[in-house]
Amino acid sequence: MPFSLLKYGLKNDYPFEKDADLPSPTELKKHYDVIIIGGGGHGVATAYYLAKYHGINNIAILEKGYLGGGNTARNTAVIRSNYLTSEGVKFYKESVDMFQGLSNEFDFNIMYSSRGQLTLAHTDATVRSFRQRTEVNTHFGGKTELIDPQQIQELVPTLNMNPADMPILAGLWHIDGATARHDAVAWGYAKGATQRGVELHQLTEVTDVIVENGKAKGVKTNRGEVSCGCIVQAVAGHSSIVAAMAGIKMPITTYPLQAMVTQPVKPFLDPLVSSSALHCYVQQTGRGEMVFGGGSDPYPLYNTRSTLDLKESLLASAVEMFPFMANLKLMRQWAGITDMTSDYSPIMGLSPVENYYLDAGWGTWGFKSTPICGKSMAELVASGGKVPELIAPFAMDRFDEFRQVNEMGATAASH
Amino acid sequence: MKMMNCPLNGLRNISEFVYGGEVKSMPDHVTCSDKEWADYVFYSENTIRVVMEWWFHSPSGYWFIAERHTASDEILNTYDPSERFNERVEFDSAAAVTEEKRA
Repeated sequence: MPFSLLKYGLKNDYPFEKDADLPSPTELKKHYDVIIIGGGGHGVATAYYLAKYHGINNIAILEKGYLGGGNTARNTAVIRSNYLTSEGVKFYKESVDMFQGLSNEFDFNIMYSSRGQLTLAHTDATVRSFRQRTEVNTHFGGKTELIDPQQIQELVPTLNMNPADMPILAGLWHIDGATARHDAVAWGYAKGATQRGVELHQLTEVTDVIVENGKAKGVKTNRGEVSCGCIVQAVAGHSSIVAAMAGIKMPITTYPLQAMVTQPVKPFLDPLVSSSALHCYVQQTGRGEMVFGGGSDPYPLYNTRSTLDLKESLLASAVEMFPFMANLKLMRQWAGITDMTSDYSPIMGLSPVENYYLDAGWGTWGFKSTPICGKSMAELVASGGKVPELIAPFAMDRFDEFRQVNEMGATAASH
Repeated sequence: MKMMNCPLNGLRNISEFVYGGEVKSMPDHVTCSDKEWADYVFYSENTIRVVMEWWFHSPSGYWFIAERHTASDEILNTYDPSERFNERVEFDSAAAVTEEKRA
């Protein structure tokens, strides 16, 4: 808990009146050292760490809509590191560690809630893959255990142990699993970055990227042209389209991912529960609402519409897992646009254009990586293009060299 | 429920169909470079406009081509692939090359 919260709790005045808001909008300057395209969690985190650790604060974050209004606001706020590949586990483990300290660092409550995440196995093959994930996770210092049906029942007494006639054989119990208020993460980073001199320009759309002799020189926006030292692209959901402005083709296909939430009920579900075979994950928010998520839509689309098909299939699975939830009423359904790579790992690092850095391909695993991705991208930018070891395996040219990072543990709802 | 017009079976429920990727021209896998092959397999335009795509009607096992807008999801046209592809692509040339090397 941020200590200032306690201090202000004992005072009469409204706590954050002085610095409640972000700075008022200013005119765009002619030149910035760094331009970050996209004012979501990743973009503002990169700016924050550049300003905090590397003393670079002549930065403009250019955001088409508003701060954290894209996929930062549309994910289901799951934080975990129980992936499969060494590269993935190492990377996400650092992220989980950083998330734990964010509220104190920001002096702003991100509502981090360490609840544990439980993934259910219904087949022997899944149990084997869980055993492997347990070992990989433990090796890199994560807290993950393989647990049996009796332990599962003790953890989640309301769970149907034979959903859709597929008995639960074992569970991957990820003790570090958590949630946080996703908007607050973006706000915390934005506040920290702007206090250090970073400019956040909302309603500023990049319409073209200026590339001369294979070098990124600046951008054209709806508010005029701006030159820069380098560009970081952090636009989940539209990576291919923005990269195309710089003449870069990406190994990405864009799918919608839908989620939905019910009316609030009394707290009954502490861990985040997901089933590998039913392609469904269920969690209860701090407000008591039930959040459901599943797999991506079956075909690509740049659209955040909701479909009846998904409601039917996802809720059928959710009701199999928790039969009494059939009586709950659905409150909202929404979608995010996810940039999927074929190996379910992100793309971070250099691009074919000099001084143009990529932070893309975040599919359905972007939110949980926000702190470590921002920190790593900041290191990359500050060093002038020296790729940190942690993110080296995620370079885009891995596809050209057939060196993919096959991340089977990428989505909580599959494999 | 969204419907799609299958050139073979007429108007059917979208859940009966499987998406098969953008229609791209395949480089010659025997002579092309690794980069060209990677480009064909992994990279795509992935943009917002009307795109020509492969689709599969799963119950009848039938592949066809659809023209669809990638933001509005409007399906403008569907037709049999024979309208675009009228030559058979042989995949055994790689085997032939290895045979030659052995000989």
